[in-house]
Amino acid sequence: MSHECLAELSGVHKRFGGTVALDGLDLAVGPRELLAVLGPNGAGKTTAISLLLGLQQPDAGTARLFAQPPQALAARRRIGVMMQEVFLAPELRVREQVDLVASYYPEPMAVDDVLARTHTTALARRPYGKLSGGQKRQVQLAMAIVGRPQLLFLDEPTAGLDPQARELLWTTMRELVAQGASIVLTTHYLEEAEALADRVAVLAKGRLIASGSVAEVRALVARQQITCCTSLAVEEIATWPNVENVTRDQRGLHITTPDCEAVVWRLLAADPDLTRLEVRRAGLAEAFAELTEETPS
Amino acid sequence: MNATTSTSTALGATMARESAIPTRRLVRTYLAEARYESVRMLRAPGFAIPFLGLPVLLYLLFAVLIAGAATRGNPAVASFMFTGFAIFGIIGPGMFGFGVVVATEREQGLLRLKRALPMPPAAYLLAKGIMAMLFSAIILATLLAAGLTLGHMTLTAGQIVRFLVTGVLGSVPFCALGLLIGVWTTTRSSPAIVNLVYLPMLHLSGLFYPLPKTLQSMASAWPAYHLHQLALDAVGAASRGDAMTHAAVLAGVTVLCGLLALRRLARIG
Repeated sequence: MSHECLAELSGVHKRFGGTVALDGLDLAVGPRELLAVLGPNGAGKTTAISLLLGLQQPDAGTARLFAQPPQALAARRRIGVMMQEVFLAPELRVREQVDLVASYYPEPMAVDDVLARTHTTALARRPYGKLSGGQKRQVQLAMAIVGRPQLLFLDEPTAGLDPQARELLWTTMRELVAQGASIVLTTHYLEEAEALADRVAVLAKGRLIASGSVAEVRALVARQQITCCTSLAVEEIATWPNVENVTRDQRGLHITTPDCEAVVWRLLAADPDLTRLEVRRAGLAEAFAELTEETPS
Repeated sequence: MNATTSTSTALGATMARESAIPTRRLVRTYLAEARYESVRMLRAPGFAIPFLGLPVLLYLLFAVLIAGAATRGNPAVASFMFTGFAIFGIIGPGMFGFGVVVATEREQGLLRLKRALPMPPAAYLLAKGIMAMLFSAIILATLLAAGLTLGHMTLTAGQIVRFLVTGVLGSVPFCALGLLIGVWTTTRSSPAIVNLVYLPMLHLSGLFYPLPKTLQSMASAWPAYHLHQLALDAVGAASRGDAMTHAAVLAGVTVLCGLLALRRLARIG
């Protein structure tokens, strides 16, 4: 394990009965990085995070957290956790929830400071059960960061939040990384990963199929999309080399191709009256869809 | 040993040193967990009102209003009813506080979150145990007030202390029994399963009325019977059997149920 690694899964296999959840997964989290773990449902994201948190044991391979088994209390004192589906005691007030979690850590932040930082000061005296879904997520974030963690695990932190609350949470996450924390973010919102992540790990069928910066992952997908208004027939263009798909809708003609330049030149040559030409590189969403579709069983 | 491994080992060793959390901080963790567990249960009307209010209300109804003449004239009857309702009171918070609440918290992800966080493993169960003992202490105190003023109970200071200690510590086996149910059941099934044990135990251990001879031998199968005998002994009333045997049975129930539950908890989380 590299000393630069805060958390690492190495050659991890995990089965649940006959289902393979992880199939030789290698995943490492470095210092001061925001790693987004993406994957379709059943890709193994939750299992991978559970192993890093010490909630499950790998069948083979190793899981390490700060160079220790994840179950070690010393390792867990350096992490913060925000889980997606968790029901906290509705009777406890917000301040009490945060104070309780603060008591688990050796040098926690002052409760007032963490409430201010997560914009929950006004909620401090309210019972947790009376909060809205978005407010509950903010309080859970306060609980996750109160212990001054070096590594934060955030599972779908912005699920169900309105745009304003989501932006607030994104800002807090950026600040935490700027101050030296690392974050492992699992999310279904690809625009969230695109906006925040230093590195993206794409999982499918229990394997790591792509890893790198958002730009690097997008570059893995060579396909580009050309949109234009032309009188050329769909059937004709479909026969051209390097054209993978052609469709037409009210916005115009859409061509998917791995060789954009050649197709654009041919389009211009075939139809000098062509208008509204637009070439778009694959976004993270398209890259994600393509990468996960192509994963062999 | 290569350089990477030695770096890992060094980091691990450093962390092991850092992991020595000051004792004062550790005590604060346990106290905070216990305090907030008790606070939340005291604030939950569906839990606090029936468990804190029902034993004394039922005691006043049956032992004072309905059977007042019998308890006035017969100290043995007064003690039997007083201790019977006391044991009825202290069983509930332990069995339901662990049985139903643990099942719910397991299913709703709270236990999973606490396991991921650096909470000392024992803090969660200890906090629930303290909550059950606090509830027991409140129940016993209100019953003592009712018994001494209206229930024709006469107790020395020593008997009061012994009764309180017996009752508060006596709630522990029912916590273990509740925990065992809580780790095997779901949110939906746990109330039914707890009641399936709780209700027969209340009646078949002879807490409220002397059992017919045919059922008397079976009463000792229930931990409530043994605690009732200890409580009778504590208030100076006639009891059956030997106090050490009763205590040993209750300790055995605690250890057996506790170990089985912890084993299951370690496996399923």
